Amino acid sequence: MTFNRRALRHPSLAVGGVLTLLLILVALVSLFWTPWSAYLIDVPHRLLPPTEHHWLGTDPFGRDIVSLILVGAQNSIMVGVIAVGIGLGFGTTLGATAAAHRGWVEELVMRLSDFTFAFPAVLSAIMLTALLGPGIVNSIIAIGIFNVPVFARVTRASANAIWAREFVAAARAAGKGRLRITLEHVLPNILSQLIVQATIQFATAILAEAALSYLGLGTQPPQPSWGRMLYDAQTYLFQAPSLAVFPGVAIAVAVLGLNLLGDGLRDVLDPRLVRSR
Amino acid sequence: MSVFLLKRFATFIATLIGASIVIFLVLEILPGNAAQTMLGPDATPETVAALAHKLGLDRPPVARYLEWVGGMLTGHLGNSYAYNSPVSELIVERLQVTVPLALMSMLLTTVIALSLGVYAAARHNRIGDVSVMGVSQIGIAIPNFWFAIMLILFFAVRLKWFSAGGFPGWGAGAWLALKSLMLPSVALAVVQAAILARITRSAVLDVLREDFVRTARAKGLSRTAALWRHVLRNALIPVVTIMGLQFSNLLAGTIVVENVFYLPGLGRLIFQSISNRDVIVVRDVVMFLAAMVVVTNFVVDMLYAAIDPRLKAHDI
Repeated sequence: MTFNRRALRHPSLAVGGVLTLLLILVALVSLFWTPWSAYLIDVPHRLLPPTEHHWLGTDPFGRDIVSLILVGAQNSIMVGVIAVGIGLGFGTTLGATAAAHRGWVEELVMRLSDFTFAFPAVLSAIMLTALLGPGIVNSIIAIGIFNVPVFARVTRASANAIWAREFVAAARAAGKGRLRITLEHVLPNILSQLIVQATIQFATAILAEAALSYLGLGTQPPQPSWGRMLYDAQTYLFQAPSLAVFPGVAIAVAVLGLNLLGDGLRDVLDPRLVRSR
Repeated sequence: MSVFLLKRFATFIATLIGASIVIFLVLEILPGNAAQTMLGPDATPETVAALAHKLGLDRPPVARYLEWVGGMLTGHLGNSYAYNSPVSELIVERLQVTVPLALMSMLLTTVIALSLGVYAAARHNRIGDVSVMGVSQIGIAIPNFWFAIMLILFFAVRLKWFSAGGFPGWGAGAWLALKSLMLPSVALAVVQAAILARITRSAVLDVLREDFVRTARAKGLSRTAALWRHVLRNALIPVVTIMGLQFSNLLAGTIVVENVFYLPGLGRLIFQSISNRDVIVVRDVVMFLAAMVVVTNFVVDMLYAAIDPRLKAHDI
């Protein structure tokens, strides 16, 4: 069966793909249009329930919830892209180097990544942002650092399998160096595993950023962020309970979409896994 | 002692030393220094210098590092600047909330995950399995702090069965104290259980395909009896390992969820210390939490080796 046919028949890939597209679409639309400005403070109309003008109501500053959620999607995507980019860039380089050189280089890279795993990512992000100062940049760096060992491990494991293949032996016999073999043969062959991991790490990054922003260490006001919205909502749980519902739904839908997409891609790109289940 | 145990022990010690060096270095490369961070940007240079001297920051870094590590080994951590009391006392006091919370959520996680995982595996590819997997997929996507807020909204604001936060202390009676930890432990457990249920399911499915299960069934054992007597015991090995590895997630979750419920545990302590710019407490509590994770991973490795002797034999 071709890739496209398998993709269309796979329910989690289809649902995940639609939800992820929705997230991207929402972020793109919010660049050009939102029902109200997400920065417009309108205190007389604060904490409104859902109305004809404000579909999901307004926050404690009178800002429109729909507009905040739409613009918040931009924030989540930006954090995901940069944090995964940091992990992918550094992690893949480290993992590919480890697989190409083996021996002590591999041992060093793997022990370093084991070591990073000893720190709970959110705890380390809290420490880093606490010491370097709260803010979106520091929280992205903190989340990105903890993606590095994840990609290093995946790359090394997949690359080792490719290095054992006959076509790599042929390339070596033809006189190609380690770097050239890595770029021409290894990386293209492990691309699918990296894409799957990137999708899952993207979801993790969105969750981590939301937690940091909820604690006041991530995105700072007035920049809209789903985590920050939940922090603001908690103070008004008794007056405006619905405030706490929508940003959480937005986070859950975004993460669910990316996780389903990652699972689906893994099944479709590696059909052996499906058969063994 | 086998090579496996020696290797694991060496890694364990090296990770602890590495963690302490990293935490120490992060504080060293702080913009300004710890004294400046504590006093804030408006402090005069004289005040900063005086506090730096009091904290010993004017001494060589290696000497300070060795003194800090020596202090930790003998149980003498630094002094909190904001609370004016030893950090070790603060940690012991806050553990009275964090440890019961972690244990309660671990217990809930195990009960939910094992029952759902075994149920899904037993109904493989049928409606029950698909539903459990669907629900667990949603469980993984939900941020635990949001789920915590939803629990407050429903059980505290609407039904008024629980308080919206706070901890009365163990002095107020075990029931009241446990009651205040119930919603937080449910919030923590649901996400963990969603992950563990999926792992239990696939572990049970793997064991179900083994020859000894077929033999047991051929000898006349019912499907349920084979499942409980033979399959679950063998499937538990990977499940226990993952539970150990989930411990670091649980700790991280505890930090966030304690803040949602205003529980005076370690998570709240670290967060308050960040607000108070109490760098010494942040350093020591982070080191303490990292050490807890490293120790747990080491214990899980040891348990794993004890449960599965093949590991020791292969000396991986």
